[in-house]
Amino acid sequence: MYLGPILLTFVVGATLIALYFIPHHQAQEINSELLLWATIVYAFALILGSVSLWSVHAQRIRQRISGWPFSLVTLFALLGTTFMGVAWGIGEESPLGRFYSMVNSPLASTMFALLAFFIASAAFRAFRARNVEATLLLVTAIVMMIGRVSVGEFIWRGFPGLTEWLLDVPNLAAKRAIAIGVGLGAVSTALKIILGIERGYLGRTR
Amino acid sequence: MTWADRLLRLDRRIIFLLVAAGTALPLLMPVNLPISVSPRVEAAYQTIDVLPAGSTVLFSLDYEPDISAELQPMTIAIMRHCFRKNLHVIALTLYPAGPGLVEPAIRVAATKEHKVRNKDYAFLGYKSGFQTVMIGMGESIRQQFPVDFYGTPLDSIPVMRGIRNYGEIALLVNLTASSAADYWIQFAVGRYRKPMVLGATAVMATDYYPYLSSRQLLGLIGGMKGAAEYEKRMDLFGDARRGMDAQSLVHVIVAFLVILGTVALFASGQRGPAPRAEKPQE
Repeated sequence: MYLGPILLTFVVGATLIALYFIPHHQAQEINSELLLWATIVYAFALILGSVSLWSVHAQRIRQRISGWPFSLVTLFALLGTTFMGVAWGIGEESPLGRFYSMVNSPLASTMFALLAFFIASAAFRAFRARNVEATLLLVTAIVMMIGRVSVGEFIWRGFPGLTEWLLDVPNLAAKRAIAIGVGLGAVSTALKIILGIERGYLGRTR
Repeated sequence: MTWADRLLRLDRRIIFLLVAAGTALPLLMPVNLPISVSPRVEAAYQTIDVLPAGSTVLFSLDYEPDISAELQPMTIAIMRHCFRKNLHVIALTLYPAGPGLVEPAIRVAATKEHKVRNKDYAFLGYKSGFQTVMIGMGESIRQQFPVDFYGTPLDSIPVMRGIRNYGEIALLVNLTASSAADYWIQFAVGRYRKPMVLGATAVMATDYYPYLSSRQLLGLIGGMKGAAEYEKRMDLFGDARRGMDAQSLVHVIVAFLVILGTVALFASGQRGPAPRAEKPQE
């Protein structure tokens, strides 16, 4: 059952790990060749993503699912930007470059900027000293909010120093612990995949 | 209904208006609040400042328009610093929407410092695949980028002559809003021992403090504040310094609202779950 893909994963995974630690030039040439393969696979992933985007939205339009006009805009944008890029190039002064700087860039920035308004509203409603833990979090957040911007130093000279201490001591200790935990978890997951213990990437098993 | 209850059910549109005013007013009427340079930004500045003229700095600019307000001024300031020091710049992006931001950023920095494309800097464009590109460049930059963004073969670009892989790169500068930084640290720093400076969004900057203390990163520039500090260190007045007044006022407004909400909570005697916001009138 899925012996072929499991064996392939094992061989490729074990080989790449070994090549990482072998400095011999022949080993590095093989490594380099395999990396080229991986780059080609990534390029195909982009094609696969485009095809998938097309099929999902085309289906929504065919079945007139709620919000289908947005799918139409998506497909129009996909075709339009691809055509512009292929026909007139991708330079800054090309139609695609102008479309990017005049449509895509402002829209993306606007979407992200809206977050500021929702965060302010959410902070007012949810960020309250309901218990000791929430009070600690609230006080720390206010110190960080004020201390990390120019006005903090203007209000009280000690704010920047206090925020630096919060970042360098409690924050650093917690981040280190998380980083070590994540690192060990990643190694263990990689080993489980290479050794065929974790088979989720194969999809549903029979 | 008491004043505290009314405050707890404050219409969200009032908060939106306050934030909008807090953002717009300082941009229209700048105050130029003082900015002090943090040790992390100073370390990033010094790392670049001590490089000998003619050294090559590799920029990986891995961000898209959504966070350009934080990272674009940072890119321009650091690049201008490199150009002022007569360093050679090679830039690339690992994000498909990256070239649209990177190209104008390099052009602005180069124009202001009177530098010329291909002679003083090169833009290699976009390549998909984080890890494979990073490891692949350790073997051969030309294999990953046979031509630059404009289609010129790398061998025909004067600034790329003699640059084969990380061996010829003096410093890596990664400006990112994603896990690209983790991979650069793992591969370029961990495997190829390249010194690296990181510029990140304010939200993710704290994730990289451990790398700074372990000297895997030589400098860390966090968010618009970090960019403003770098601009100050460079004696520039760019978009980051212009934006700091607005950011300061909005932070004060949010902190004030949080304190006000807590005071109202105590005054009303409510200690249960947070009340729902009033729906705007149609």
